[in-house]
Parts: sequence; structure tokens; C-alpha cells
Amino acid sequence: MIEFNRFVLSNGLRVLVHEDHTTPMAVVNVLYDVGARDEQPDKTGFAHLFEHLMFGGSGNIPDYDEPLQRAGGENNAYTTNDLTNYYCQLPVENMETAFWLESDRMLGLAFSKKSLEVQRKVVCEEFKEHYLNKPYGDIWHKMRELCYQVHPYRWMTIGKELSHVEKANIEDVKAFFYKHYRPINAILVVAGAVETEQVKLLAEKWFGDIPSGEQYVRDLPAEPAQTGARHLDIYADVPANALIMAWHMDARLDPGYYAAELLTEILGDGGSSRLYQALVKERKILSALEVHHFGSSDKGLLAIESRLVNGVDHATAQAALEEELEKITREPVSETELQKVKNKTESMIVFEDMSLMNRASSLAHYELLGDAHLMNTELEKYRSITADDLLRESQKIFRKENSNSLYYHIRPTQHAE
Amino acid sequence: MLNRKKAPAIKDAVNMSLQLPPYVAFTLNNGVPVYTVQAGSQEVLQVELLFFAGLWYEQQELLSATTNFLLKNGTKTKTAFQLNEQVEYYGAYLSRGCFNDVSNITLHCLNKHLPHLLPVVSEIVTESVFPEDELVIYKNNQLQRLDINLKKCEFVGNRLIDEYVYGRNHPYGRYSTAEAFQNIQREQLVDFYQSHYVNGNCIILVSGKLPADLEQQLNLSLGHLPLQGNRPDIKPIATAPLVEKKHRVSNDEQGIQGAIRIARPFPTRHHPDFLGMQVLNNVLGGYFSSRLMNNIREDKGYTYGIHSYIQSHLHHASLHISTEAGLEVCEPAIAEIYKEMSLLCNEPVSAEELGLVRNYMMGGLLGDLDGPFQIMSRWKTYLLNNLPPDYFQQSLQTIRSITPDQLQQLAQQYLQPDSFYELVVV
Repeated sequence: MIEFNRFVLSNGLRVLVHEDHTTPMAVVNVLYDVGARDEQPDKTGFAHLFEHLMFGGSGNIPDYDEPLQRAGGENNAYTTNDLTNYYCQLPVENMETAFWLESDRMLGLAFSKKSLEVQRKVVCEEFKEHYLNKPYGDIWHKMRELCYQVHPYRWMTIGKELSHVEKANIEDVKAFFYKHYRPINAILVVAGAVETEQVKLLAEKWFGDIPSGEQYVRDLPAEPAQTGARHLDIYADVPANALIMAWHMDARLDPGYYAAELLTEILGDGGSSRLYQALVKERKILSALEVHHFGSSDKGLLAIESRLVNGVDHATAQAALEEELEKITREPVSETELQKVKNKTESMIVFEDMSLMNRASSLAHYELLGDAHLMNTELEKYRSITADDLLRESQKIFRKENSNSLYYHIRPTQHAE
Repeated sequence: MLNRKKAPAIKDAVNMSLQLPPYVAFTLNNGVPVYTVQAGSQEVLQVELLFFAGLWYEQQELLSATTNFLLKNGTKTKTAFQLNEQVEYYGAYLSRGCFNDVSNITLHCLNKHLPHLLPVVSEIVTESVFPEDELVIYKNNQLQRLDINLKKCEFVGNRLIDEYVYGRNHPYGRYSTAEAFQNIQREQLVDFYQSHYVNGNCIILVSGKLPADLEQQLNLSLGHLPLQGNRPDIKPIATAPLVEKKHRVSNDEQGIQGAIRIARPFPTRHHPDFLGMQVLNNVLGGYFSSRLMNNIREDKGYTYGIHSYIQSHLHHASLHISTEAGLEVCEPAIAEIYKEMSLLCNEPVSAEELGLVRNYMMGGLLGDLDGPFQIMSRWKTYLLNNLPPDYFQQSLQTIRSITPDQLQQLAQQYLQPDSFYELVVV
């Protein structure tokens, strides 16, 4: 049970406090309700570029990192398709430094041209390092475009292409900031050896006078239900064939989400999972396997990524995979198997909650989803799932017309002239 | 009116009192030492069995890593699937890892399930059989993985720089090849397993919210095994650093980034300069506001990240600088790295910068000690290196008191550009 208190400042900033007096640290976590899904199709990668710019100085403070480190703190941030989250951890005695820094950048960035120029380059190098300059790096660029035709989940947070980031200008940056980075669109979580009253005073003092901003109304095009299997072939200079498949699944708050999460575990998590045992160990068709899902706020994807044993062709691998999936849609899982994934889920939650930083960011995330209390009811939701629920959900997900497949081929050797 | 230009007062982290919570040790019936750290409020445990069975101890390439990997892929009475299922049913994680000096088997679980899980640990430490079929799958899949990794400039860079610093045949400079995978035979695994696991030297580390009957539970499952509680004799193995210092390797004609690796041999944790060098390393490239980050990322935008670090093995160590940079800016980035080194040799660090690094390091330590596994991880380093019990306080003392002059002397000794190996892999 994660205890917390919640209050809202008059400018709309939601504040959550999680007291834990066993630690000498404090975590200050600021979540902004903006992610890559809120970008224009011709200006992708912006939410993430912005995350970099948030460290380039604010109206009254030339440098973010230095004063925080001087206070014994460290920090980082991440951007997803749904949200952007900034967090810092520092000795609780110096917590006010984090309030000072975070509030000043919410009040207004410095919008320095130099920072934009440098961070554009940094992000381009990040793009190259993670997506271009390594084998299979473009899989999810291609898969997202295949699976989503209208919803902005069709691009990655890093951006659709380098040129979008390269072309970002200071006017775009300002407009984006004042649209999304306002108290009304933000959630502040403070966790650690703190008192709620003390956090109230500090929040009021540092964030209270920031203009509220306009509530951002998200109006994204819903992805229409997929009505036919989709397929893509890619040929590249890679040493092994890969097969990636994905199916549309429920959004984070939809009823089917929990069953889909357990199905993911049953199929591919760990050495006793079904696909690993059947296809890697027994039939020796796959050499590597990963099953995961997006857990996204809007309707997401359940994905199977695999590499094929040398000499196995894609069609054989896909048929073998579908054979296993067919079993799970036909027969209910055993009680033991169900109990196993429930036990795993319980462990996962307990281990995640060990870290103060995780507790803070989870609270922020659930608050964003609509109610931070959801954090404490998750386990019960998983426990209440039955074998029948899994059967129904698997039948809903693993339909041919809901499937997307990508064959990643070893490019045949070309002889130079 | 709030003055936002003025920073709130801070307590210098340097003045904060910091204690590494002590461990409690006991010995199992068979003499195996157990070190425990009691901390945290969640009912969880980490049980780590450390074996002196890393690369240092193998007579044949890949023997230690392969043995370690296949430990839980079949015992006299259970298949790999059954072993995994038993662990996973209880929501536990049983991992194994093989490193340059030691290898391990680590269990993470909820306390309530420990009695069901220790017997599995015991079984894989005594009854693994290394089925031929499992070995074949492992080899094939690892060979494919190696092919893929060899396409990555980072991977190739990491291998080659270690080879330059330690020598291709040294346990710290060795790396996998297709040939070495093919040469591994089941019988060799069984022999290595018998000598280094079943009858091997073992240390057990347990951290978390310890159950009251931990000692009984461990004795019941592990206390009767033929494990050795003492340390093995260590035969020194001399490093054989390469003579040629500068290397450019073309790995991928289509590459758009280069992996830059710059490194030199460096003393181990027992050397009096080690603690001071940790401070200097932070100044150079050990944190976000380091000289290298400020210059090469935040001013020039040549890279997504650049770091320096001390790679500290038990018997030898090295100092590294590592980054991936755009193809056209690799050489300018290297020039800037040397410029930063020279600057540290030629000019003392300002009191202001040193204060920043001190506070950052102290705050980081405070955060690092927040949790049972983190506390144990520090003790593990100290125990494996045979460091004195007050080593933690010694490191704090160094962070608090080292002077700009001392740092400059260290720089002059260890940051001379021409003492470094230099590599770019594209």
C-alpha cells in the first residue's frame, strides 16, 4: 500500500506527497501531460527534443544541472509517446533546491538559440546511435507505421526522421512550451522524508504564482479497428532473419488490459514461457525471442519480436508461432500457469516499489491516468483475472485480421562491379 | 516578492554524516561464509552465491561463461523447463552471470517463497548435467548473436580497447570468437563445474528484510554441500599491453558514427591514488556536468553522451573514456578529449568546481546507500577486493579533503595524453 496525500494549487497544478521517513532522500518528480502523440505529423520528435531543451537554462537560472549537483542531487528525464517525466533525487535537507529549479523552468525557459542548436545535434547523434547505426535499429519505425494508420503512435518519440529535429526553430519551441508545459497540464510528486505540510508551503511558494495556462484538450484521431492482416518485408545488411509481429490491444485503462498483460507473460516471459519453450528450445526455430506490450494510454500493441535460427525461413517461423497462439485461443490456461503469472506480477510490483524514485513516478503516472489510487488496486485487478478472461482476451487479440507482420531479411549479397 | 535568481540555502552534502550500514556475518556448517545486510521495508530478498569461477580461472576460452550460462539448463532430475518453472511459479528471478574475476547465481524473491526456492539453488550448484542438446542450442544462438554484435561499432570498440590494455590472452582482455564457441565440449563444462562450482570456493551475500530463520534455511539447503569456504590461491597473470597506441578500425562501410575508446592501464583499488582518482575522474567525465560532457556534448553537440570511468578488476584496472560520435566529428572530439586532459594537468581545478564535485559525489553516495541491495553491492566490492573495513570512511575522507593541487598532481601522473591507447571503430 503506497500512502499519499493530494492537493491542487489554485493554478491547477496537482501535487502528490508520498511520505517515507526511512530514507535520507527526497524525490521531486514533475510529469507533463505531453508526449510524442501530441506532435504534428510534420514536426515529430519535438516532445523528446524538448526534454533536452529543458536542461538548457530557464528564465532566472542559467544552468539546471550545476545547482542541483551542488545540492548533492542527480536527475534525469524521459519522454514516451504519452508523457514527459522529469525527476530528481537529492538529500532531503536540500529539497528546496529542486523546487526552485523545477518551478523556474515551468515559469519559462531561457529559449537560448545556442542550446537549441547544440541539442538538435545531440538528439541527431542519439537518433543515429540508437536507431540508425545498428542492425535492426529501424524495426519500430517501420512497425509503428504499419500498425497505425492515423493515430500519432505511428511515429517514435525520437521522431519520424532526422530532418524534423534538424528543422526545429525557436518559434516552434516557444509555442510548444506555452501550450504544454503549464501548471494546468502538470503533476508534481514529492516523495521521501518529507511532511505534507512542508511540501504544501514549498509548492505554494515556488509554483503558486506561475500562470495556470490553458488546459490542453487532447483530440487525437482514434485508430480504426484493423480489418485485414498487414505485412511488410525489409531487406538489410543484417546477419540473421528476424520476424516481428504485433496485434492491437486495449488501452491502459480498458478492461482487457490486465488480461493482455498476463497473456504477454505466459507467452514470452522467462525460461518456462510457452513460446520460449516451444520455439526456442523444442523446435529450435527461433534463436531469440521477446514478447512485450506498450502499456500505452491509447490503444496499444502486443508484440512478439524474434530472430530466426539460421536456415529457417519466415513463413515457417510465422506458422509455428501462430500454431502456439492458436493453442492459447483454443484452450484455457491451467490454474498453475495462471497462478504463476499472478505470482510474477506480485513480485514485480513489490520489487518496483522498493525504489523511492519508482514510487514517485508511478504515482505521477496513475494520477495522469485519472487517479493515483489506481496504484494500490493494480494487484487486485490482476488477481481477479480468470482463465476464461484470458481465453476471451486472446481470441480478441490474436485474430488474423488484427495482425501485423514484418519479415526482416538478410539482404542477398551484391557483388560490386 | 520571491527572488527567483537566488538559490535556496543548501546544506553542503560534504558535511552530511554518512554511514555504510554494517553487515552481519556467519558461517554455514560447511564453512561457507555468509554476509548479510538487513534493510528496507519490503518483504524481499536477494541471495547471491559468488564463485571464483570467472574468466580468470578458465583454461580454455569461453569455458567459464558457458558453464555459468548452462547451470540452470538441466539437472539429474529436472529439465531446464522444470527448473525455470519452479522458480517462476513463485514469482522469483534466478539469474546467473559470469565476469572477469567471479561468477554468480543470484536469486531475487519474496521472503515467503524462500523455502521453496533455496532447494532449486542447491540443486543447480550440485546436480547440473549440461545436456548436449542445451549446449548445441546455446552455441548456435550465441554464434548468431555474436555475428549481430560484431556489426556494432560499440561492441567491437569495447573488445579491442580491452585487448590493447590487457593483452588478447589475458582474462581481462579476452573476448569471444566463433571458433572458441565451436571448440567448447560438454566434458570440459562438466569438469569446470565440478572443480569451480560443486567443489568450488563460494561466498554468500544476502540482503533485504531478512527472515529470522535465514541461517537455518541456508544451512538446510546449502550447509551440507561440498563447497569451499576459503579463497582460492590466485596465480598472478601478467598483462601484455600492446605497443602500438593509436588505432583506427573500419568495421562497417556504411557506418555513420564512430565508437571512440581511449584507455590506459591504471592501479587497482589498493593503490593510494585510487580514491583521489575517483574524484578526478568525476571532474573529467564522471557526471553530467563533467568537463567532457560540458565541452563535447553541451557545447559542441558531437555526441549523445561521453563518459570516463575506472574499470576496476580485482588484479588489474584501467581508466577509460568512451563515446559514440558522428563520423565527421570523431577526430575533433578526440582532440577535445586530450585538450581537457591537458587542462587538468596544467591548471588546478577551481575551488568552486571541486566543491560541486564533492557535493555531487556525497549526495550520490547517500542515494546509493538507500536500499538493501545497494548497500550489499558496496560491501561486495570491499569484500572481494579484501579492502579494510574503514574503506568507506577513507573514501569519504578523500572526497572531503582532496585539494586542487593533489588533483593536479594526479592528472600529471595519469592523464598524460600520450599514455593512452586510442581507438576509433566505424
